[in-house]
Amino acid sequence: MSALTVFYIGLYYVAAIILIGGLAYRVYEYASTPAPLNIPTTPAPITKLGVRFRMFREIAFFESLFKSNKWIWVFGYLFHVGLALVLLRHIRYFQEPVWFWVELIQPFGMYASLAMIAGLAGLWARRFLVDRVRYISTPSDHLILVLLIAIGLSGMTMTFVAHTDIIALKTFALGLVTFDWHPLPSDGPLLVHLFLVALLMIIFPISKLLHVPGVFFSPTRNQVDNPRERRHLAPWAAALDKDNG
Amino acid sequence: MAAAQFEVPKLSDTAYTTVPKIQEGSMAHVKTFPAVKASQEFLGYPFELADDWKERVIERMGQSLKKYRSLRVFMDACVHCGACTDKCHYFLGTADPKNMPVARQDLMRKIYRRYFTLPGKIAPWLVGAEDLTKDTLNDWFTYYHQCSECRRCSVYCPYGIDTAEITMAGREILNYAGMGQKYSSEILNKVQKIGNNLGLPGPALEDTLLGLEEDIEADTGVAVKMPLNVKGAEILLITPSADFFSEPHVESLIGYAKVFHAAGASWTLSSHASEAGNFGLFNGNYETMRTVAMRIRDAALELGVKRIIVGECGHAWRVAYAFWNTLTGIGYGGNDPFSIELQSKLDSRYKQPMHICEYTWDLIQQGVLKFDKSLNDHRTVTFHDSCNVARGSRMGDEPGGQFTIPRNIIRAVVNNYQDMAAETIGEGTFCCGGGGGVLTDDLIEARVKGALPRMNAYNAVAQENGVNFLALICAICKAQFTKVVPYYGFDMSQVGGVHQLVSTAIKLEQD
Ligand code: HEM
Ligand code: SF4
Ligand code: SF4
Repeated sequence: MSALTVFYIGLYYVAAIILIGGLAYRVYEYASTPAPLNIPTTPAPITKLGVRFRMFREIAFFESLFKSNKWIWVFGYLFHVGLALVLLRHIRYFQEPVWFWVELIQPFGMYASLAMIAGLAGLWARRFLVDRVRYISTPSDHLILVLLIAIGLSGMTMTFVAHTDIIALKTFALGLVTFDWHPLPSDGPLLVHLFLVALLMIIFPISKLLHVPGVFFSPTRNQVDNPRERRHLAPWAAALDKDNG
Repeated sequence: MAAAQFEVPKLSDTAYTTVPKIQEGSMAHVKTFPAVKASQEFLGYPFELADDWKERVIERMGQSLKKYRSLRVFMDACVHCGACTDKCHYFLGTADPKNMPVARQDLMRKIYRRYFTLPGKIAPWLVGAEDLTKDTLNDWFTYYHQCSECRRCSVYCPYGIDTAEITMAGREILNYAGMGQKYSSEILNKVQKIGNNLGLPGPALEDTLLGLEEDIEADTGVAVKMPLNVKGAEILLITPSADFFSEPHVESLIGYAKVFHAAGASWTLSSHASEAGNFGLFNGNYETMRTVAMRIRDAALELGVKRIIVGECGHAWRVAYAFWNTLTGIGYGGNDPFSIELQSKLDSRYKQPMHICEYTWDLIQQGVLKFDKSLNDHRTVTFHDSCNVARGSRMGDEPGGQFTIPRNIIRAVVNNYQDMAAETIGEGTFCCGGGGGVLTDDLIEARVKGALPRMNAYNAVAQENGVNFLALICAICKAQFTKVVPYYGFDMSQVGGVHQLVSTAIKLEQD
């Protein structure tokens, strides 16, 4: 097996461990930090079911963002929906036989990647064109967009321009999952694509991509508006009651 | 009106406020006065930075990150999308980019990243992380006192990031390091030593109430009472102390008394707990907030009341509605001895605590109160949703009751009512510009400029619909607007309370 293949195999195991371990640690951190006070942004749902529905709307439609800014919503939604479809399409590389519905969405993948790039381009343009957004942007805000665009473009090169040996790639990918390793085709666009994806996985738990677990733990969105009926008490706050007798 | 030392923003031709181009540093000179030694020491804080200020800042920040999930998640989750940048009234009114919610958060986030995250430790320039310096703290002191903790930004953020939570944490850290704010510090002293934010002692309160009783009787011929410290009364009314002697606040107090009278209710005020407001919220210190709120629990137990009703005050209602149960056990559902001791004495047929508007609206629906609406015909009224009520609490049984119930009351007592532009009310309401511990003369420039979006919306209904009365249910809003509307060319008599309107129209039986 070539040094290149060994490097990529190692890279992907490291990246997967960092991604999964890192995210698990973040989720543990968020979940174990108490929320001592009931602070949903009201009007808020008054039942658990209502809160699930609110969270669903936030995640599936970016409801608050829609209220807030139509341009960011359009670009952000194009990007995320595109990304979601593209990611789902990638499932086929990791299974044999491929699920029915993964086959079904294959044709949308091409449009999805275009939508993703268009969305990312729009978001990036805002970082230059809107003075308020320019003011808050840090180098990492730009770089992460560059990274995602580069991932998208290198992927699209393989779809639209220079086809890679998909059979060999799939054998490699399946091998990663089953610990039965096979050589990686050494096409330029593929190597770039895979390297950048691994990089994205590695920075995930230490960057603003933490908005993904974060959105589920935001107390202003995931709490039920019921403070008169239920006594919310964090452990460190309950200790104060004891002193008061 | 005193001559302004700064340029008052111009009202626009429409209800909307245009988003300004950023002007860096345009509000850097507006600083609140620092707290003095005695009042900070009483609160358990140093009053100036000591040699170890840096360690203290980092230590407190680390503790807050472990105590508050909001802070923990909000520090990480922001993607710098910019959706919140044009949502803050202080940014709209001042154009200072550090008054954009995300930039206000970033003042803390850059320190968080530098000292608590891996990328910030190894490559600070990449992620906008910065070393902690005295300049950082000065920026915090300036801009965490140009935030009214109104939560408008949180409505529009895709993750609900609430800058108010960060401002609160920031002020707590500043206090802990030795940079307190004079205004809040003094108020927190007065409420704990005397029983209310204005520092009005018991005997003075008694005199004031007696005087008011005489006034009402002279005015209406009816002996409406304002009972104080009555043991065994059914209802304890907790109201902001401004209601006792500030104008127009006192008109609403008269309104509550008339409502209680008309309903034949047994009620009382308490001199021990003669304050609904709780500045512990603004400073982000749970223990202080709890200590202040405990006076109400103590008064309720001492007087043996069965119901607790809260007067017109925005942040007080947020603390009462959302936090009293947690802090003091006033509410339901407690299963520990501390809360059972109180909850077993409260009358479970009623909401605890209850807002005075919920109480009045219930009575109106039952047909207990009678009104002559025409007595309010000289007024065309609009209603300002106070931020803490709108975005931090509820009234009634349905989400959004905090919007409908006060409006229902107003419509029941006046003939002429007109809402302001839809985007400026309800959950998107603009703050008065004086909430969250900034209602002090040293911040008048921020207060006047921050009121711009609300003033534009008010001006539009004043011009088009002849609105001449801004109805409020918040003591801070009342004080802020009476001070600020003259800068925009309105008379301060256009500002008043919802129960002031009730008071004007209510028909009392001669006894
Ligand atoms: C639960 C799933 C997710 C939700 C609900 C979500 C939601 C959002 C929202 C509302 C925004 C702000 C609007 C925008 O700029 O698009 C955003 C931004 C962003 N998201 Fe996500 N996202 C999710 C998953 C992901 C994933 C898996 C990635 C990348 C691997 C990602 C990358 C980004 C990036 C880079 C931005 C910043 C865009 C900019 O610079 O303006 N998101 N996300
Ligand atoms: S809480 Fe209100 S005042 Fe503070 S940043 Fe948000 S919108 Fe501005
Ligand atoms: S809207 Fe939320 S995520 Fe976007 S910049 Fe503002 S605080 Fe950050």
